[in-house]
Amino acid sequence: MTEKERKLKLGSAQIRLETLKMLKWRGYGHLGGAMSIVELLSVLYNEVLKYDPERPDWTDRDYVVLSKGHSGPSLYAALALHGFFDKEWLYTLNEGGTRLPSHPDRLKTPGVDATTGSLGQGTSVAAGLGMALRLEKKASDQRVYLIVGDGELNEGQCWEAFQFLAHQKLHEVIVIIDYNKRQLDGRLEDIISPFDLKGKMESFGFRVLPADGKNENSILEALTEAKQIEDSAVCVLLDTVKAQGVPYYEDKDDSHAPKFDEKARQALDEVIERLEKFVEEGGGQNVDSSR
Amino acid sequence: MWTLADKDGSVEMRKVFVETLDALMKEDSRVIALEADLGGASGFSKLKKTHPEQFINVGIAEANMMGIAAGLSMRGRVPFVHTFAPFAVRRACDQIFLEGAYAGNTINIYGSDPGACAAQNGGTHTTLEDIAIMRAIPTVEVYDPADGVQLRWLIRELAGKKGVHYIRAARKGMPDIYADGSDFQIGKGNLIREGKDVLIVAAGLGLKLSLTAAERLEAEGISAGVIDMFTIAPLDTELLKEQIPGKKLVVTVENHGITNGLGSAAAEVMAEEGYGIRLCRIGSRNQFGQVGSQEYLMKAYGLTVENIVDTVKRHL
Repeated sequence: MTEKERKLKLGSAQIRLETLKMLKWRGYGHLGGAMSIVELLSVLYNEVLKYDPERPDWTDRDYVVLSKGHSGPSLYAALALHGFFDKEWLYTLNEGGTRLPSHPDRLKTPGVDATTGSLGQGTSVAAGLGMALRLEKKASDQRVYLIVGDGELNEGQCWEAFQFLAHQKLHEVIVIIDYNKRQLDGRLEDIISPFDLKGKMESFGFRVLPADGKNENSILEALTEAKQIEDSAVCVLLDTVKAQGVPYYEDKDDSHAPKFDEKARQALDEVIERLEKFVEEGGGQNVDSSR
Repeated sequence: MWTLADKDGSVEMRKVFVETLDALMKEDSRVIALEADLGGASGFSKLKKTHPEQFINVGIAEANMMGIAAGLSMRGRVPFVHTFAPFAVRRACDQIFLEGAYAGNTINIYGSDPGACAAQNGGTHTTLEDIAIMRAIPTVEVYDPADGVQLRWLIRELAGKKGVHYIRAARKGMPDIYADGSDFQIGKGNLIREGKDVLIVAAGLGLKLSLTAAERLEAEGISAGVIDMFTIAPLDTELLKEQIPGKKLVVTVENHGITNGLGSAAAEVMAEEGYGIRLCRIGSRNQFGQVGSQEYLMKAYGLTVENIVDTVKRHL
């Protein structure tokens, strides 16, 4: 394992650990979708993004639009771990007056670039940000990383935004689909089939780069390639598992936003303990943080 | 300071909108216009020719347009979007609400042809509830300008102001009320005519009707004051509190339904102040829009000089 791989795996373990501790403290929360983007967030915040936690409004930063806003908790964990605010804030999640509401709010949380939660809407905001970057015509490699859920793609607005991105060849926006195969009420196939997601995005005019969303290297490779593309809209299709890294919930129907009973708390404790050990050891050679 | 026009005339509101944006775009590269494939109807297509880098046609996708405008404003752009009024406030309501107002972004919205102005486009293209929806959203500003002079001033004023601003205005001609060069104040209505017996509060299409009605009433010995309340949110409550006490009747006139529009806004002030003065609201009542000429529809919604005069005489 290279030093970079170790750093990224350690980063994933830390985000997963802080998110699970926060959710367990809260007693409930959007666990499934928060877990399936943990490896992505680690790659983004450790390797890909340009940002400065001292200046969250820095105009030359890369933007992250978490359109699947219900995954806020793992974004908050990543932001706390990367210096945007104190980790203690995590233990105010959803409290009255908190700066960490269930769904991200750009006016409340340092490092949150877009207010999201009403699904589909982040796609258009990202398109606007990308268009603004294009119009500024700076010799800049600034990007907007738009994270969309696969269930979220039920929303028509996503496809309005996608056809705009494709028509404008707006490569300044990198669309990342968290293809975790589940939505709130069950499997995509049972609720609204996505059919061939890759083919669909391609037919909309996107270059589609599939990646293993459980593997940091694979994500990094895809994002690196995505950034090189300048002649079309681009989409990274992440193959993920809802609740990945928390075996107890990985194949459960109620992994979207569970309330934790005694059995679940024990299961979370086991994962937390394993992750703490992994983090303490500085990211071991032979341990996979997502398993 | 505003003064009244000294002669009758009329100007196309869309022409004013496009000319003003064109001038603003020359002065400020941050100003950007967005269309949802109605550039031929609004005249915005002209901006594509004069300022190709400051014009975006998003296609027939109003919800997407609002989100894109919000995203553009996050990088300091000043977006002006156009679509027909119902396609803005009804179809893209949640996008205006969340990515505009709630998220603290800026969207200037030209919702064209509200109420009776939809005319031959008919009921599907009519909104008689746009003020109701927009004024219920915290921080959103709602304007119903009466003529081209007021609209020109308003666009320039709003270009320098952050937030969600909803301008409901006709595309076609509106009769001149104000003299060129007049200026106004956000949140300040204009007392155009003083009166002792009745106060008529109007905006937009209702204003000229109200001024004509006040003249007829005067001929019949009834003294009617007229306020132009083009700034519906923020509302000029101070002017209402100054003008209403002592009147025998208040009448509101709006190109809109009577539910949660200008009349409701006046009713809230009057009830909260405990004036105990009768209020008559003129506007459409529990009706959907329909097809017809603007004149036909104005009659259908009670927007005639005769109806204002009769209403005053019946209730005085």
